[in-house]
Amino acid sequence: MTDWLIQQSPAIQATVRVLVFVLPLLLLVPGLIWWERRLLSWMQDRIGPNRVGPFGLLQPIADGVKLFFKEDITPSTVDRAIYFVAPAVALFPAFAIGGTLPWGPHYGPLMHWTPIANVNIGILYVLAISSLGVYGVVLSGYASNNKYSLLGGLRSSAQLISYELAMGVSLACMVMATGSLKMTDMIAAQMEPLWGIQSLGWLQNWFLFTPFGLISAVVFLICMVAETNRTPFDLPEAENEIIAGYHTEYSSMKFAVFFMGEYATMFVFSGVFATVFLGGWNLLPINWDVVAAQVPALAGIARAMDGLTYWLAPIWFLGKCATGITFYIWLRATLPRLRYDQLMSLGWKSLLPLAVANFIVVAIWIMGTKLYGPGGGWAGGLLGLAIVYALYLNFVSATRKSGWGAKDRLAMVDKSARTIDLVDPNVAGGTR
Amino acid sequence: MGDYIAIVILVGLAAVICGAMVSLSFVLGPKNTTPYKQSPYECGVQPLGDARERFPIKFYLVAMLFILFDIEVVFLWSWLTVFKNADLAYQTFSFGAVMVYMVLWIIGDAYVIRVNAIDWDETTSLHPAKLGEPDPAALPVTARDLELVGGAR
Repeated sequence: MTDWLIQQSPAIQATVRVLVFVLPLLLLVPGLIWWERRLLSWMQDRIGPNRVGPFGLLQPIADGVKLFFKEDITPSTVDRAIYFVAPAVALFPAFAIGGTLPWGPHYGPLMHWTPIANVNIGILYVLAISSLGVYGVVLSGYASNNKYSLLGGLRSSAQLISYELAMGVSLACMVMATGSLKMTDMIAAQMEPLWGIQSLGWLQNWFLFTPFGLISAVVFLICMVAETNRTPFDLPEAENEIIAGYHTEYSSMKFAVFFMGEYATMFVFSGVFATVFLGGWNLLPINWDVVAAQVPALAGIARAMDGLTYWLAPIWFLGKCATGITFYIWLRATLPRLRYDQLMSLGWKSLLPLAVANFIVVAIWIMGTKLYGPGGGWAGGLLGLAIVYALYLNFVSATRKSGWGAKDRLAMVDKSARTIDLVDPNVAGGTR
Repeated sequence: MGDYIAIVILVGLAAVICGAMVSLSFVLGPKNTTPYKQSPYECGVQPLGDARERFPIKFYLVAMLFILFDIEVVFLWSWLTVFKNADLAYQTFSFGAVMVYMVLWIIGDAYVIRVNAIDWDETTSLHPAKLGEPDPAALPVTARDLELVGGAR
């Protein structure tokens, strides 16, 4: 297969790589919807869809076919062109984000299959395409000419751009730790010895295991959930406040396209998380070839594991993506929705300063490693962490006190209106 | 440049899929329009006026802040890729320069938060705890409070 692929012209090679990525993604989306409905049901002590096909697996496909043949209602007051284009714009990034995502090893016989394009802008491409999703949401909200849609679209766009910042900075930390924007290089950097200590060569340096990487991973994870409009950040579709938000006016397949986009984006973002923080397609954080060289007794097993990790790489990668999706569903079953002001203050006052503080720590870490080796990196990093954390606490306490305009506004508050309404249990009738 | 062929193909395919999805239901579905079906949804009542109204300035402010901070991050990306593998002299110099840059960035962020640009509405920014005074509900009840309540009656 690989020999055949190499002999083709670059355009055909590229087409094959694109199809190998996009077709499974298209087929996986109904599976994801089924998994969400089923798992959510189990978590809520229900059974969930189990009628159509084995275990109800064909339920989303049946729903899809039904939706295709439903009436496509276009309200008379909408802005027609934008109303039509908006769902397509919302779905587009879901398929386009994966352009630089390696789902398997980029060396040896498998290297011609993945990623679709190993361009040197790598992760920047992911950020650029993912922010296009805002257009679909805000355009559909605006074009619908419905008050709920407009509110949902505005909320969503404000939310997406707020979390985009923290996400960009947390990825920037990892780019700095790698020294390259290519996603294949990021995986290669995670296969180096843990923390740069050569005697730990049998352990891989997954960024999740480094102190700064852990902080980045947490920030990225929260931003990733917010970027895909999922619970607890699903304010744009808060059904008890604004009906269905930006897709209130959509029906038939156009309505379903928003959901397809949401699920596909969730999946690809899980893939990005796995690539940047969890060592990509590696099964375990262990360099099996180093184990084979150092411990002769385990050489056979280690070589077998090495082959298994290499040849079944797409399965391990899919497994990590599936874990990410399961995490999303778990969040949905567990956490209540945030209030809007809490959402904005979490993004701007907690995540963004944390990501920036982490950025500074990574810079100190790299300087320390360069000057004094891995130990210097740890010392510099931890010292930096302590200093930056102290500054961060100061920053938080400084910004939580009354703002500069507070006194003027205080004067506007009618103090007498703020007396306490006392309830005396001894007096019948309650209020004294 | 050869690598970007794949990106172009992917983008083209994604656009075709999206376009097909959106237009297929328009072609396949039945069309029975009635005036009620075509009116904007407003919980079953007749819609009041147009939806394209003025909206809170906060949304505009957030968008503007996003552009400012995002451009500041964009400036860093080119430096990020070269920092780790550069020689020590450049590394030390650029480390100092970027730290100065980040300090300015943090001052900007602190300013934005201090002037309550992110605080979403008046009820939260006028909460007693945020104004630096004790929450009246948490205070012990005094004789004066009782008097006030009595006086209000």
